[in-house]
Amino acid sequence: MNTLQRILALAIKELLAVLRDKQSRIVLIGPPIAQLIIFGYAATFDLNDIPLAVYNEDRSVPSRELVTRITGSPHFRLITAIDHDEQITPLIDNRDVLVVLHLGPRFSEYLKRGKPAPAQVIIDGRNSNTALLTLGYLRTIFTDFNIEWSHQHGLRGPPAELQIRPWYNENLLSRWFIVPGIVGLLTLVITTIVTGLSVAREREAGTFDQLLVTPMRPVEILIGKSFPGILIGLVEGTFILLVAIYWFEVPLRGSLGALYLGMFLFLLSAVGIGLMISSLAVTQQQGILGAFLFLVPSVILSGFATPISNMPEIVQQMTYVNPLRYFLIILRGVFLEGDSYDLLFNQYWPMAIIAVVTLAVAGWLFRHRMN
Amino acid sequence: MTPLATRRMRLRGMIRKESLQILRDPSSIAIAFVMPVVLLLLFGYGVSLDARNVPLAMVVEQADANTASLVGAFQHSEYFDPRPFENIQAAQQAFDLREVFGIVWLRNDFSRRLLSQGDAPIGVIVNGVDANQARITEGYIQGVWQTWLVDFARSQGVELQVPVVLEPRIWFNAAVRSRNFLVPGLIAVIMTLIGAMLTSMVVAREWERGTMEALMVTPIRIGEMVVGKLVPYFLLGMGGMLLSVAMALWQFDVPLRGSFWALTAASALFMLVALGMGLLISVVAKNQFVAGQVSIVITFLPAFILSGFIFQISSMPEAIQVITHIVPARYYVAILQTLFLAGDIWPIVLSNSAALLVMMLIFLGLARRKFHKRLDA
Repeated sequence: MNTLQRILALAIKELLAVLRDKQSRIVLIGPPIAQLIIFGYAATFDLNDIPLAVYNEDRSVPSRELVTRITGSPHFRLITAIDHDEQITPLIDNRDVLVVLHLGPRFSEYLKRGKPAPAQVIIDGRNSNTALLTLGYLRTIFTDFNIEWSHQHGLRGPPAELQIRPWYNENLLSRWFIVPGIVGLLTLVITTIVTGLSVAREREAGTFDQLLVTPMRPVEILIGKSFPGILIGLVEGTFILLVAIYWFEVPLRGSLGALYLGMFLFLLSAVGIGLMISSLAVTQQQGILGAFLFLVPSVILSGFATPISNMPEIVQQMTYVNPLRYFLIILRGVFLEGDSYDLLFNQYWPMAIIAVVTLAVAGWLFRHRMN
Repeated sequence: MTPLATRRMRLRGMIRKESLQILRDPSSIAIAFVMPVVLLLLFGYGVSLDARNVPLAMVVEQADANTASLVGAFQHSEYFDPRPFENIQAAQQAFDLREVFGIVWLRNDFSRRLLSQGDAPIGVIVNGVDANQARITEGYIQGVWQTWLVDFARSQGVELQVPVVLEPRIWFNAAVRSRNFLVPGLIAVIMTLIGAMLTSMVVAREWERGTMEALMVTPIRIGEMVVGKLVPYFLLGMGGMLLSVAMALWQFDVPLRGSFWALTAASALFMLVALGMGLLISVVAKNQFVAGQVSIVITFLPAFILSGFIFQISSMPEAIQVITHIVPARYYVAILQTLFLAGDIWPIVLSNSAALLVMMLIFLGLARRKFHKRLDA
């Protein structure tokens, strides 16, 4: 038997080992698809229907107009109108509302006399991000109101105006940011699950020693063991991509080839890490533990939900060994920014290095870690 | 011996056996104590939604006192790191290479329009790929703009006429520090992982090694077996939990405004839910391989995305909101964020604890029943 035949035989055996078991097949196919759909809808920072209470002591035409502007926006939903100070605390405390808008009794008087009319806004800060975004939505509504009011009443508007234009994601839909991220996230989870236990399981069963005494060289074992992870990763990754494009309608503006080159390098590095964990583990429990210990930080420190640039310098340095970091940039670059190979070069080579190093270590561990 | 005494003896034996197993394989101890510390340190520092020193390209086509004061306003803000660029082309190049997050562009007629017509445009481009970051940055830019407007009006000797002034008050977290809500949420995510990992393989392991049959021929009852397997892991998990809370308080300076006992009680309840979930996985899965796969898939990502830890549940589509009700971390995150930041607000603490209690009964009850069925088979 030549090398190619041997590798092929092992690759088929590995693929069967993963897919033959019905439970394991279900785990690999069902949850990723369900999670893609659920997370695609769930993981959004955009706020809709923010529960709001209005405490309007003024009840004049301008104050009502301001309130209508807020309640008419899709971002806010009026839960209740209140008429006492004491009602504010329980509403916020019990999370019945997120925002209370309070207009004092002399609101319209101030407004008509040209004095700055205060509009007090109380926001539940338990989730500070939501609080900031809510404040941002309110600020936009207030600025519009002010400009229109100044215009109608012949007041001087602000001498300079901001014209903010977001690029690449013109309507600032956070789904466009998150869904490409989910492609990377789920591909990583699937690949790690497939490879993370493949050696540990054989070691526990004792069949790995048998594999080592066959004429197969470590490189051949390595390639054979990598095969199912990469194949399953590519197939499921493609499926997830299709859902992102056709179901969630995220625009794909860049080169598909650049995306697939990224995915291939990413899968190689994920498989390398998975096999390395697997060959370090003596028992399957340790294998699972290792897979978890790798997955959780790589997701949280990848820039998937919170930007890497907000992290302290030292944590930012740690993200350089995380392949997901690079793949997320590639995904978002190709999807939204229309990137091609040249702009993504700096994302490709670190993944290639991670892949080579981890695969080499895994191959070395095959023979050198025997109990 | 009375039946009660024999039962106690059997239970004690089971607990002892599980405890010994934990002690012999130090990986469980590592999961319970080392993991929360490492993860909390890493994430507590690593996960932040507060942008600081956002790099901005400043393009000033005709520099004078007015543009200098506006650029100065950006320089004084802690949120921005303004960098001068010669022209818009150079700035755009840096923008494409992601060296700057946004561009502020003052065209050569800025001062003229500012002083004569009073309609000077400040062109701003932000990278919208990360929509959340872009919105927050927009908010900061508006803040800088408003401060500058007031200063500019004052320097011109006129009063800026603002019809309505927004006076925001952010309760519970006046400094709007994202760490204050992320760290309690992280405790929930980490504890979900730890609970599920500790137990998800304990039963599958016995089946695989054949020791389950040995256990079956002993007089031990199924309920005792479930309890015996849970107790040592519960103690381990609670230890890890206390460690995490201590770190939140002293390492990350998150205020604890509610009572410590309410926190402990809710945590114990949640720990039982997480362990119950792990045990159920372990009973249902045929082998360790599948048990491990399932616990990775159904614990970490749902706790991360569907718990309200980072993404607001009330903004999700109705159908997804319904799904979040089966994620135990959801209830615990609500309790933690309230107890840490707002205080003992009983309606929230109690209603969410009740939900946790129901989930615990379901998981443990199911685990016990499935155990039974397997014995029949």
